Amino acid sequence: MSSWSTYQSWIPLLAILVSLAAVPLIILSSRRPNLREFWTIGAGVGKFALVFSLLPPLFQHRLAVLNLGEIVTGVPFALKADAVGVFFALIASFLWILTSFYSIGYVRGLSEHKQTRYFAYFAVCLSSTIGIAFSANLATFIIFYEILTIATYPLVIHKETEEAIRAGRKYLAYTLTAGVFLIAAATWTYLLTGSLDFIPGGLLQNTPLASQTAVTLFVLFMFGVGVKAAIMPLHSWLPTAMAAPTPVSALLHAVAVVKSGVFGVIRVSEFTFGPQLLKDYHLDSILLVGASATIILASFLALKEDNLKRRLAYSTVAHLSYIVLGVGLVSSAALLGGMLHLAFHATMKITLFFCAGAIYVHLHKEKVSELDGIGQAMPWTMGAFAVGSLGLVGLPPVNGWLSKWCLGWGSVTAERPLFLIVLILSGLLNAAYFFPIVYRAFFRPAKEKYSGEASPLMVVPLVITAGLSIFFGIFPDVGFKLFQLAKEAAILLFGGLR
Amino acid sequence: MLSNSPALPPLIYLLTGIFIPLAAWKWKKLSFWLALGATSAATFFSFFNLSQALSQGSVSYRFGGWIPPIGIEYVLDPLSGFVTSVINFIAFVVIIYAYRSVAQEIREFRWTPFYALVMLFLSGANGIIMTGDFFNLYVFLEIGSLSLYGLIALGDKKSPVAAFRYLIMGTVGGGFYLLGVGFTYLVTGSLNMGDVHHILFNLSPSPPLIVAMTLMLIGLGIKMAVFPLHGWLPDAYTHAPSAVSAIMAPIGTKIGAYAIARIFFFIFGVKLITQVIPAAQVLSWLSAIGIVYGSIMAMAQNEIKRMLAYSSIAQVGYIGLGLGLVSPYGFIGALLHILNHGLMKACLFLVAGNFRLKLGHSRIDRLDDSLRQSMPWSSAAFTVAALAMIGVPPTVGFFSKWYLALGTIETKNWLFLAVILISSLLNAVYFFRVIERMYFPSQKLTKASKNSFNEPKMGKREVSFSLLLPTLILALALVVVGFLNTWIVKTILMKALPAGL
Amino acid sequence: MIEFFLGHYAYWFVLILLVIGLYGMIIKHNLVKKVIGLSIFQVAIILFFIASSTKWEATVPVLANHHEKIQAAAYINPLPHTLMLTAIVVGVATSGVSFALLILTYRRYKTLNETELLKRMSEEDAE
Repeated sequence: MSSWSTYQSWIPLLAILVSLAAVPLIILSSRRPNLREFWTIGAGVGKFALVFSLLPPLFQHRLAVLNLGEIVTGVPFALKADAVGVFFALIASFLWILTSFYSIGYVRGLSEHKQTRYFAYFAVCLSSTIGIAFSANLATFIIFYEILTIATYPLVIHKETEEAIRAGRKYLAYTLTAGVFLIAAATWTYLLTGSLDFIPGGLLQNTPLASQTAVTLFVLFMFGVGVKAAIMPLHSWLPTAMAAPTPVSALLHAVAVVKSGVFGVIRVSEFTFGPQLLKDYHLDSILLVGASATIILASFLALKEDNLKRRLAYSTVAHLSYIVLGVGLVSSAALLGGMLHLAFHATMKITLFFCAGAIYVHLHKEKVSELDGIGQAMPWTMGAFAVGSLGLVGLPPVNGWLSKWCLGWGSVTAERPLFLIVLILSGLLNAAYFFPIVYRAFFRPAKEKYSGEASPLMVVPLVITAGLSIFFGIFPDVGFKLFQLAKEAAILLFGGLR
Repeated sequence: MLSNSPALPPLIYLLTGIFIPLAAWKWKKLSFWLALGATSAATFFSFFNLSQALSQGSVSYRFGGWIPPIGIEYVLDPLSGFVTSVINFIAFVVIIYAYRSVAQEIREFRWTPFYALVMLFLSGANGIIMTGDFFNLYVFLEIGSLSLYGLIALGDKKSPVAAFRYLIMGTVGGGFYLLGVGFTYLVTGSLNMGDVHHILFNLSPSPPLIVAMTLMLIGLGIKMAVFPLHGWLPDAYTHAPSAVSAIMAPIGTKIGAYAIARIFFFIFGVKLITQVIPAAQVLSWLSAIGIVYGSIMAMAQNEIKRMLAYSSIAQVGYIGLGLGLVSPYGFIGALLHILNHGLMKACLFLVAGNFRLKLGHSRIDRLDDSLRQSMPWSSAAFTVAALAMIGVPPTVGFFSKWYLALGTIETKNWLFLAVILISSLLNAVYFFRVIERMYFPSQKLTKASKNSFNEPKMGKREVSFSLLLPTLILALALVVVGFLNTWIVKTILMKALPAGL
Repeated sequence: MIEFFLGHYAYWFVLILLVIGLYGMIIKHNLVKKVIGLSIFQVAIILFFIASSTKWEATVPVLANHHEKIQAAAYINPLPHTLMLTAIVVGVATSGVSFALLILTYRRYKTLNETELLKRMSEEDAE
């Protein structure tokens, strides 16, 4: 393991604050939509540039850190841009730019109400997501995690229909409860160790723990982060939250919010407990059982769901657990696969959600059974959909195959080939619930006459994300160096890649 | 002048309270300005006292130069300095609010009595906190309570009945406390708190002492509204004028909590209340029940002020629970919650008052989403305070929850941990009910039935600036204090811990 | 045992008074009777303090002249008496406030009977 050095830097904080600073500007320019959207896009580009600028030092093994004094006694409010964090921040901030363009097309296409509120809370959500990515300890993590919970609420209930409000209640019930578990677990950890820092190899590794304590603590943590990661049986808020506008579903319920939960699983498992403890106390089997069950069950639920967005939601539930599986296998290759899936699932699923939104705005279709023949009318959209589907099934050249490959390789090196079967089975199920949609769209005769594509503001982003999915499948290391980043993280945690 | 500063806050209030009726004889408007001046002076001196106490350690102020235990002593230490600063600051903010609120809610010939009584109430509150003498505490307790009964009775039609009920319970509470003082005096022969502490140190516990502690716990428990002694609270908070609710909720019950902390932890000592009689345990169990009870009752209310009143019972439970844990983190959490809950509840009651002034009511089922248009700032302040009550970072509520959770885990009280955390979820239930009403159009009400309410709306605009300013100051404080919590805990509260924790 | 009861007869008397006072406050429906109960309760406390300071064959702690020898044992403890002066004042103030509240209540609801009062208050809510 090569040595890492740290340096003081305000860039992580600026990356968090840039979208927060956009909020007042967005609100003030509520009467001038173009200016308002300019702030959103500007903040997105600025955020991405800031996060990107953290990359070169990272590859020289220099970590940006920032300590802003204690937030609760004994625990500083500290940020640290390590490989895992930058990896997550890169994806979230980059996809935010695309989502912003898409959002403009979406809300204007539907002439949605309260667009200012929508864009303002979106910016807050992104701030807290980046905060989650850069948190250097559990207390800081929890603060951003809870802010994210609250900031997402106005987006979930955006439509303000009875259904949306009920979805909002369910969402809050799940996530606030999770936050409470997280506080219990974090305070307990603090009393055990006197610190809450995220340390590669595990904060708790040198603390003598009774087996019962370790398991209880781990389960508390998993309730805390597992709700956002939608591990069964904590998943049911996610399909309900599809009442939100589609861009919200796309970025928050496929990338930012749910991936924050998965990111929490990584932070807790690898940085608080550490691989050694996971094995010693058989905590990995908790993760493995939960993840495998979720992957299979959610895929079956997706099969019988007719609402397109809800089908995508169940698919998200399943794919989030791929990442959890990668953590639970406790091997460097599996972790690499999990992290890659964190990024690649994001590009693929956001494509699919964008497609669903474009169909909804343009044709007002929400159900799978209504999609007959729309492929001829919307070739770009449905072509992108096909690309995303192929990727989620795990077929090259779309990037999904690479992360699945690494996960499979990990399950072999971890000597747990059973989970290879889970992966293969899930791939088949993915094919079973995605390909019929593509088939319907292209090969069934249209029932009514459709006219052309949706607005380019929506089609261009979704073609870009689809293109990215293919691009990363072939050149995973070009551009963002995602592969190398994930490798760095895996090497950091396991001392080598096997 | 400055060497007398420990005695100044109660004395300033007492003298202003007497002077206001005289001055207002000729100039009616003067009473508000006198009250404002007194609160700002008292706030200044209590902050000054706090800084003195932090830099020089505790100060003993002797009235008339008589040396305690013979004379009456005021004790200024980080704990009393902290609590006086908190209550005087909140009182100052609420007095600004009172200017217009009182003008609209209370008939003109009662304005002067209102300010005079508020001054007497605050004098009592400050006296209770500063005094180092058991009987002196009783006198200030009664001064504060008697003026509070009067203040409550200034409210709506039912308020005299609520005030009478509180009077009966409050006087019984005071009586129990006084009996407890009598028994303590029988055992120790002294009324000075420090002196009693020293005498008890060498004395083995006897039955009269146990009786004394029990009686005091009940008496002060009524003042603090610990479950099941909370019966007076919901009606009193609901029917009092808005400004009175806002000054009574943050200050009234906290004084009881402070008195319990002072007498049981500092005077009787940790050993007596944990090993001789299970006072701490009883307190924490009752508080835990109160937390659950208060939260559940709050969910069932349809009137914001009444909901807030029940929520207060729950929140006072947090303080009692934290104290009863007898652990450093629990104690810190309780003290921090005195500040946090004071700010939150004051802010919420001010918003409830704003609603009453503008809408003519504060019933949850009649709120609708026109509020977010007509009263955006009040609604925003309510939302911030509600989030603080739920415990969302970075508002203050999160940090209370954090320290209390640390306290419960430290003492391995898993059940109490569950109670604290579940209660924050229950808070979410009843606050989001209001927030949903305020921000989203109601689905069930059709347009026709909406119009059928037909209530007098006093304009659709936001309340005037002098009402809004205090509300927003408190809402802002909820966030600022959240960021300052570590500083407060480290510089003040860590020094305020009793011996033996 | 009997000595314990007889030796503390003043305290038992106080206890009985306390119970009577509490009984009045809790059981009686007439609000004025509740105030009477309250006064009895307060008087009991005052008597408790006075009883605690009583001493047989002792006198008031007043020095007739400066030459008199100070004999602490020969005086009744003056402190509880002075305390009770304050307590009496508090008691008077309490009664005053409570009667003021009752007058207000009576003006608004025309009754001082608790059950009747509660009935009229809930009727008013219903309207």
